[in-house]
Amino acid sequence: MEQAEKPRITATGLVRPASNGSAPVSQSNNGFDASRAAVLSESLDNAELLRMYRLMLLIRRFEETCGQHYSLGHVRGFLHLYIGQEATGIGAITPLEARDYIVTHYRDHGHAIARGLDTNRIMAEMFGKKTGLSKGKGGSMHIFDAAQRFMGGHAIVGAQLPLAAGIALAQQYMETDVVTMVFFGDGATNQGTFHETLNLASVWQLPVIFFMENNLYGMGSAVGRVRHRGSDFSDAMGAYDVDVVSVDGMDVLAVREATQAAIDQVRAHGSPIFIEAKTFRFVGHSFADPGDQYRERSEVDLWRRRDPLVTYPKRLLEYGVVTESDLDDLSASVDAEIEAAVEFAMNSPNPDMSEAFDDVYA
Amino acid sequence: MTEITFREAITRGLEEAIETDESVFIMGEDIGEYGGAYSVTKGFIEKYGEKRIKDTPISEAAFVGAGVGAASAGLRPVVELMSISFSLVAFDQIVNMAANLRYMSGGQIKVPMVIRAPTGAGVQLGATHSQSFETWLAEVPGMYCACPSNPADALGLLRTAIKSDNPVIFAEHSHLYGSRGDVPEDYYEIPFGEARIDRVGSDLTLVSYGYGVHILREAADVMAEDGIDAEIVDLRSLSPVDYPTVVASVQKTGRAVMLDTARRNGGAMAEIVSEVQERAMDWLDGPIMRVGAKDVPWPYNRGLEQDILPNAEDVVAAAMRVITF
Repeated sequence: MEQAEKPRITATGLVRPASNGSAPVSQSNNGFDASRAAVLSESLDNAELLRMYRLMLLIRRFEETCGQHYSLGHVRGFLHLYIGQEATGIGAITPLEARDYIVTHYRDHGHAIARGLDTNRIMAEMFGKKTGLSKGKGGSMHIFDAAQRFMGGHAIVGAQLPLAAGIALAQQYMETDVVTMVFFGDGATNQGTFHETLNLASVWQLPVIFFMENNLYGMGSAVGRVRHRGSDFSDAMGAYDVDVVSVDGMDVLAVREATQAAIDQVRAHGSPIFIEAKTFRFVGHSFADPGDQYRERSEVDLWRRRDPLVTYPKRLLEYGVVTESDLDDLSASVDAEIEAAVEFAMNSPNPDMSEAFDDVYA
Repeated sequence: MTEITFREAITRGLEEAIETDESVFIMGEDIGEYGGAYSVTKGFIEKYGEKRIKDTPISEAAFVGAGVGAASAGLRPVVELMSISFSLVAFDQIVNMAANLRYMSGGQIKVPMVIRAPTGAGVQLGATHSQSFETWLAEVPGMYCACPSNPADALGLLRTAIKSDNPVIFAEHSHLYGSRGDVPEDYYEIPFGEARIDRVGSDLTLVSYGYGVHILREAADVMAEDGIDAEIVDLRSLSPVDYPTVVASVQKTGRAVMLDTARRNGGAMAEIVSEVQERAMDWLDGPIMRVGAKDVPWPYNRGLEQDILPNAEDVVAAAMRVITF
């Protein structure tokens, strides 16, 4: 078959055809064996590989656009951009089923877009409009879409972890095979709720995936300055007997492979698992932070060279999954979607004043 | 009518909910094998099993937050805090999660969760275990706060709490567990925000909730000996407050004394007095008086603690000031 001769994209990178019978060579080292990678390559067709790229680009453009409209005064409050971390969110969320739950932190636009929430309504929420997902009452840090099981958007560091454990507890109670995935950053690992929730999830064997986006800085504090073991999380879960999977958060396929394996395991066995994705935000903590006070320019540049919005399409091109013209079309469609979202948000009404009193009680 | 204790009323309400609603479960510290710090759930784990009766680690933030999560995913958790003083450890989960989730999601998420907690001072537990944070929590929008004074109200309010689609703080004064009272045989519920006239009178209005109502009864008896006819309003819930009933009573009597068993400074009555004087100023014959605990941390020594606590004598003294104003 002609297809068998084509290079395959796997979780660990692109695998050239094993023409001489030697083992496939992976481009990154995440400890995955070729057999797992081969399974994944079959499960991800070109359309899915392309969809993942489109979502990544959609996040990047969404975030850039939010930044512009923040400067224009249309978006207010705190704005935490996901730029640089796109591969992590897309790799983590795309393998989830519609029935699975997502709980996340305040840097939540990327997760919302990865989940496929309506871009118009996310943007309208940024603008504080009545048509926003939270009717303009939540804002950037509190994005919710209960119908899509996207349970926020939580702005107190680490507070979302117990919530996720409770959702997972409900699944265990109702005997579903639904998985709950909770995102948090390296900063949250120093909160009491982190340790309390890991213990609870272990004692009760809850079907939850603890997904840490380790972007190496809790606001302006390098993880090594505020955490006893620094950025080494490999044995952090030892006391809780929770498996730790470390993955390169800049490699969307590596994240997807690791997460898919974790989802399968949690769904089958119902016990918690911990994924650490090493990633980096290219921009400041929030829009108010230029991001250059506490980290060297050279460090940012080093990570920027691994920009998944550059490396991933390059791989797609190199191995013939897409053509330049495909990418141009895709980019144009993303721009159009963002433009439409901004127009929708701009043209949407503000909430009526009486709505301040709605939704306080059920 | 059957006479039961306050504790038995709570136990009955919980058993009823467990038996009639599959989505109800109870969790908290030592509620299972130990039977509950105040024996409210004694025998439950043997009867209903570990799925419905969950012993938790000593992790208030985690298990209160887990209650919020379970509620938002369709269950009806009844979470027990061993003391309302321990709510401090879970305050973020109670306020930012339980109470705020609905509003900040634009109404998408509901949190049908009850947080039961013993409250109040008077048994020499010192500063950390004697507080009455229902007065803090009652201020938070998005949450209800019930605080029964007797077995019949405890059962009726607990039924409402567990059926509510909103988070409810259910504050049980620890002095009350052994107190007795008649409970109707037929099923009934007591809605939040409906105060009860505990005693009808014409000379002045006394307002409180929970154990405070018992102090008011004692004070009213003392005043009755002097020919003063006091009316007692039992609020039954601090959120919402039944202002129409309180205001109507004050308009009738022209005088009021309001009692907090919590600290007077920033107590629930500080707010209620303020609201009532706005609504009933023209009917007042004197200032609305406030009685509450003195503004110090709770001391251990019995004499000191009793001195800090408000009592019937304090209520009578305040009443005499407004009567002679």
